[in-house]
Amino acid sequence: MHRPDLAIAAHDGQALPTDTCPADSPLAVRGLTVSYGEKPAVFSVDATFPARAMSAIIGPNGAGKSTFLKAALGVVPRLSGEVRVFGTPIEKARDRIAYVPQRASVDWDFPATVLDVVQMGLYRRVGLLGRMSGRMRALALDCLGRVGMADFAHRQIGQLSGGQQQRVFLARALAQDADLYLLDEPFAGVDAATERAIIDVLKGLRDAGKSVVAVHHDLSTVRGYFDHAFLINVRRMAEGPVETAFTAETLHATYGGRLATTQIDEVMLSGGAA
Amino acid sequence: MSAILDALLLGAGYNAALVALGAGLLGVAAGASGSFLFLRKRALISDAVAHATLPGVGLAFIVMVALGGDGRNLLGLLLGSALSAGAGLLLIEWIARRTRLPEDAAIGAVLGTFFGLGIVLLTVIQSLSAGRQAGLEGFLLGSTAGMLRADALVIAVGGTLAVALTWLMRRPMTLVAFDADYAAALGYDIRRIDLAMMALVMAVTVIGLKVVGLILIVAMLIIPAVTARFWTDRSGRLIWIAGGLGGVSGYLGAALSSAAPNMPTGPIIVLVAAGMFTLSLFLAPVRGVAAALLRRRRFQARVHRRQGLLALAHGEPIREPYTLRLLTRQGLIRPDGVATEAGRAQAARVLRDEHRWAKAREVHQDAGLSGRYDGLTPIEEVFTPDEIAEFDRRLGPPVIVGGAA
Ligand SMILES: Nc1ncnc2c1ncn2[C@@H]1O[C@H](COP(=O)(O)OP(=O)(O)OP(=O)(O)O)[C@@H](O)[C@H]1O
Ligand SMILES: [Mg+2]
Repeated sequence: MHRPDLAIAAHDGQALPTDTCPADSPLAVRGLTVSYGEKPAVFSVDATFPARAMSAIIGPNGAGKSTFLKAALGVVPRLSGEVRVFGTPIEKARDRIAYVPQRASVDWDFPATVLDVVQMGLYRRVGLLGRMSGRMRALALDCLGRVGMADFAHRQIGQLSGGQQQRVFLARALAQDADLYLLDEPFAGVDAATERAIIDVLKGLRDAGKSVVAVHHDLSTVRGYFDHAFLINVRRMAEGPVETAFTAETLHATYGGRLATTQIDEVMLSGGAA
Repeated sequence: MSAILDALLLGAGYNAALVALGAGLLGVAAGASGSFLFLRKRALISDAVAHATLPGVGLAFIVMVALGGDGRNLLGLLLGSALSAGAGLLLIEWIARRTRLPEDAAIGAVLGTFFGLGIVLLTVIQSLSAGRQAGLEGFLLGSTAGMLRADALVIAVGGTLAVALTWLMRRPMTLVAFDADYAAALGYDIRRIDLAMMALVMAVTVIGLKVVGLILIVAMLIIPAVTARFWTDRSGRLIWIAGGLGGVSGYLGAALSSAAPNMPTGPIIVLVAAGMFTLSLFLAPVRGVAAALLRRRRFQARVHRRQGLLALAHGEPIREPYTLRLLTRQGLIRPDGVATEAGRAQAARVLRDEHRWAKAREVHQDAGLSGRYDGLTPIEEVFTPDEIAEFDRRLGPPVIVGGAA
């Protein structure tokens, strides 16, 4: 549980927006700390993601971005801190969240077709004893159509390109028909056509009133794609609307020496043009 | 020979028939539940569980004799084996979680220790009950000699429960095996599901002790699943195919071994399963070795044909001997390398296809369709005639092949 004494001790030096998680945020965390072994991967992080918006989680490799998402979802245990999804604990909001894991986390030789994978997004709705009805099947096919993969429904998942696999994962999340979509690097290693297909779907979700939070690596597209930015490097480095939180200073602070000043200038220029 | 036939057709007596049916049912349960073990890549842990049953068997015997009962009571022995298998399993979990040792090291350590302890207990029992056979060695390699109706009933009930539990847990277990993080995000408790899977495996192991024996039960869990993988790309079907294969090998193996007295049952059942694995390895339609070889050869021929025809179309010489042989055999070129009438026509077609594909990739930005370009698939298999007509319109009049233009 959330221990206020710990949280306060951990917060010295960081400005706290509010002490408690606001109920209108689709995802808010306070004082979140996660560690594997004895080194914290995420340390005392606060974040409040806005509703009906596209938010980016940005930070260098090993900054704890995936860990942050997994802890928010309860996939990895948290050491301390509080997570609220639509103002309630995660267990009560499972059916309102869809998750797209980092592509590398899966066994691609697994005996499953594309349609089988998308139907996994329906397992909770179908339950242990329920039958995968024709209506459910049609729904899964429809989600595949939305990501342009309807023709591939009966392929084994290992026989797809990386971009196509990413689209299948997105279709599986769509099948859940959630209100909050958490995506871990949806654009990693995909070609331009797939990137456009995915971003169109995500923006469509936002315009339909859903909230999207994505781990994002390509700094040059942050301004074009996202409304809200959350910069993390073990600790929270910056958070807010992209215009104010995604700046040369905050990038310097987040990436340290890993990004040369010229690179940051480039990003700022290209971002401004987008 | 007729003895074997008799046995297969359940004509070898009531007891043999009972044993064969029991072994078949055990095979179904082992094959189906073993599929998840295979998919979760935890085959080895079942071997440790199986070996960890032995001290329980020995201790149960000693306790039952000490209490003045019959040490060979099957239910008592199975209860003992389940308890010690459970202890072994928890120990592996604990070692892997509390220390930085990888799970396979923990498995090796626990397997060896428990099996060693079991063998010592068995030896002690043998020397104590000097002269009188305790009959516990049957648990090592399986023995159906003297199997009772009650024993078969234990297998039948246990096996049916195991199959039912497999069916019930198929979706969560599939999810956990494919993508554990996603399963956890959906709210499934991974640890509980893994434990349920291991409990299932333990149950199958324990009821299979008498028939297959603890040394080979891991083969009954894994071989049917691996064999089934050759025949399907879908996990839902894999489970039932594995169950079927396991059932057939259990039944056949037990029937065969009853025709050859003094033969332990476990090894024969496993050999039957291994025979089906070998057949599948070579003959399965898509994943089998023969099919792969055939596919490779066909693919090679298509590539060479395509390259040769493109060379003809561009008026370039063909140097590859295999290509020359192939095109000559198909009557597309003369032995001196000059294209025949048919060859020129084919070359023109291939060139046209190539141009259409280039146009298709230019016009159709969507990777879903134009991404199927692999240099070999004819464009007619991917696009509709009206789409192709559109490409042709954009391409202009056909190019004349053969340098005549
Ligand atoms: N399962 C694990 N066991 C131990 N350490 C881990 C585990 N997963 C991550 N870590 C460590 O935690 C830190 C944060 O990892 P995380 O995967 O969250 O980073 P990330 O920001 O997502 O990086 P990337 O951009 O490479 O995906 C890293 O130092 C990593 O080595
Ligand atoms: Mg990551």
